[in-house]
Amino acid sequence: MTPLLEVEDLWVRFPTRTGILDAVRGVSFTLGRERLGIVGESGSGKSMTGRSILRLIRPPGQVTAAHIRLDGEDLMQKSEAQMRQVRGERISMVMQDPKFSLNPVMSVGDQLIEAWRVHKKGSRSEARERALGMLEAVSIRDPERVMRAHPHELSGGMGQRIMIAMMLIPDPELLIADEPTSALDVSVQAQVLQIMDRLVQDRGMGLIFISHDLNLVADFCDRVLIMYAGRVVETCEADKLHEAKHPYTRGLLNSLPRLDAPQKRLEVLRRDPSWAETPSVRPS
Amino acid sequence: MSALFFDDVSVWFGEGRDRVDAVRHANFRVGHGESFGLVGESGSGKSTIMRALTGLAPDWSGRMAVNGNPVRSGHRRDRNFYKSVQMVFQDPYASLHPRQSVDQVLSETLHLHGFRDIEPRIVRLLDDVGLGSAFRFRYPHQLSGGQRQRVAIARALAPEPSILLLDEPTSALDVSVQAEILNLLTDLRAEHKLTFLMVSHDLAVVAHMCERIAVMQAGEIVEVMGVDEMRALTPAHPYTRKLLQASLGYTRG
Ligand SMILES: Nc1ncnc2c1ncn2[C@@H]1O[C@H](COP(=O)(O)OP(=O)(O)O)[C@@H](O)[C@H]1O
Ligand SMILES: Nc1ncnc2c1ncn2[C@@H]1O[C@H](COP(=O)(O)OP(=O)(O)O)[C@@H](O)[C@H]1O
Ligand SMILES: [Mg+2]
Ligand SMILES: [Mg+2]
Repeated sequence: MTPLLEVEDLWVRFPTRTGILDAVRGVSFTLGRERLGIVGESGSGKSMTGRSILRLIRPPGQVTAAHIRLDGEDLMQKSEAQMRQVRGERISMVMQDPKFSLNPVMSVGDQLIEAWRVHKKGSRSEARERALGMLEAVSIRDPERVMRAHPHELSGGMGQRIMIAMMLIPDPELLIADEPTSALDVSVQAQVLQIMDRLVQDRGMGLIFISHDLNLVADFCDRVLIMYAGRVVETCEADKLHEAKHPYTRGLLNSLPRLDAPQKRLEVLRRDPSWAETPSVRPS
Repeated sequence: MSALFFDDVSVWFGEGRDRVDAVRHANFRVGHGESFGLVGESGSGKSTIMRALTGLAPDWSGRMAVNGNPVRSGHRRDRNFYKSVQMVFQDPYASLHPRQSVDQVLSETLHLHGFRDIEPRIVRLLDDVGLGSAFRFRYPHQLSGGQRQRVAIARALAPEPSILLLDEPTSALDVSVQAEILNLLTDLRAEHKLTFLMVSHDLAVVAHMCERIAVMQAGEIVEVMGVDEMRALTPAHPYTRKLLQASLGYTRG
């Protein structure tokens, strides 16, 4: 069976005054109908990896790859017009801050209805029914009221759930969530994760979950890629993340304070230049 | 006499139908040199307690005192107040002015507090927060998130306060950088005999930094516990148990 997504030798480069900056360096992985986590510090290339799958890297940034296949079709070979269709219908992306993704001067209901009609070409009343259904699917208790609300009238957690609802309207095969819960606090975070989890299971969707939070990824995902300086330094089953071997991954884990193990001082990550030089590993 | 004293403090926003009772009847004291944590879900009133103390939330009732000096109502806090109490916020990007160099930020603060020996103080402050003089003439966009938070801490230390209010000081940082900043705060507390009042949504962070922890739910303090109780997962209040459970990991529902 063809995997949902195959990424082979992906590079993202930015020309800068001091030379070429390689933001992503030779990353390869495949994805089935599962939850793949990408973790690493800020600047390690997580977002660039996610965005390049959608070919959303703006010039002067350049993306090269042997291939990026979605259901066997190489996205690298598609025209910009074809890519727009892929973005609208087959792959959706949720970003960290819903404030930047929702239209501030349009009610939530109108935005959902419009999004649905763009994809499904149904009547307005049908679109309205579906929009209400989407809000219920992301556990919004009073969807009628929320439909009338404008984005600034919603809490961060509510806004993020609406973003997810919006992204799910076209019934995508793949959802890329870039730090979708990092701006939310723990209690709300758990709700949003549960919603995404259910959607992966019920709809057989693939999920790329980008986060800097190791514990969250360990609990929530099936597999994990750990990135450092644009490379994948280690990959593992998510529930084995705490047994990770690479000194970078170990260093990150050890720098976390723990409820069950008091320490006088926290361990500080000591970086080894060789981490950035060893070629990306590929998941087995 | 406590460093911080809160007695039956209630804080609200708005009036009439729109009134939000953000904090209700809060009571706690923080001893000199103690580190005291506030935890609870978002919207439970943690930041509001700090904002009422610093004059940013003017509608409050009850009694507050800093080092035995009662805090008066209204917006204004005098220079003496800020000589004792300083704040560090979550977002080091938002809290530094983009057009001010590190040098300008620190010298302005030092001037404001009436210091004359600005030059040696800037050098010492940068040293204290582990930045060194190489960073002195940089602008915020030339600094990483962790470096910016060090500048924010240096600015807070400039008036030589005895109390630091820390509102999610590492929540926007990578875990590797969080460890460095928390270690720095631990060192500074020991060196300068500081008192901390710290808010975090991360219970492990609060347990690492604080001796006693207040748990807030919907504007009320439901429990004050020692860190050992928290680590042993034996709090008295069911809400605290729920909060601890949630922090131990996402569980599929
Ligand atoms: N427009 C750009 N020009 C130059 N470098 C960039 C640009 N955008 C991103 N980068 C660099 O690419 C690297 C990876 O960034 P990113 O994927 O956003 O990291 P992450 O999401 O892991 O925090 C970083 O070092 C960043 O500085
Ligand atoms: N300026 C404000 N105007 C109206 N309500 C506010 C304001 N600031 C905070 N609140 C409300 O007060 C409550 C407590 O907020 P806050 O102290 O920020 O919570 P926490 O820091 O625990 O997340 C929330 O319901 C919040 O919506
Ligand atoms: Mg990113
Ligand atoms: Mg707060």
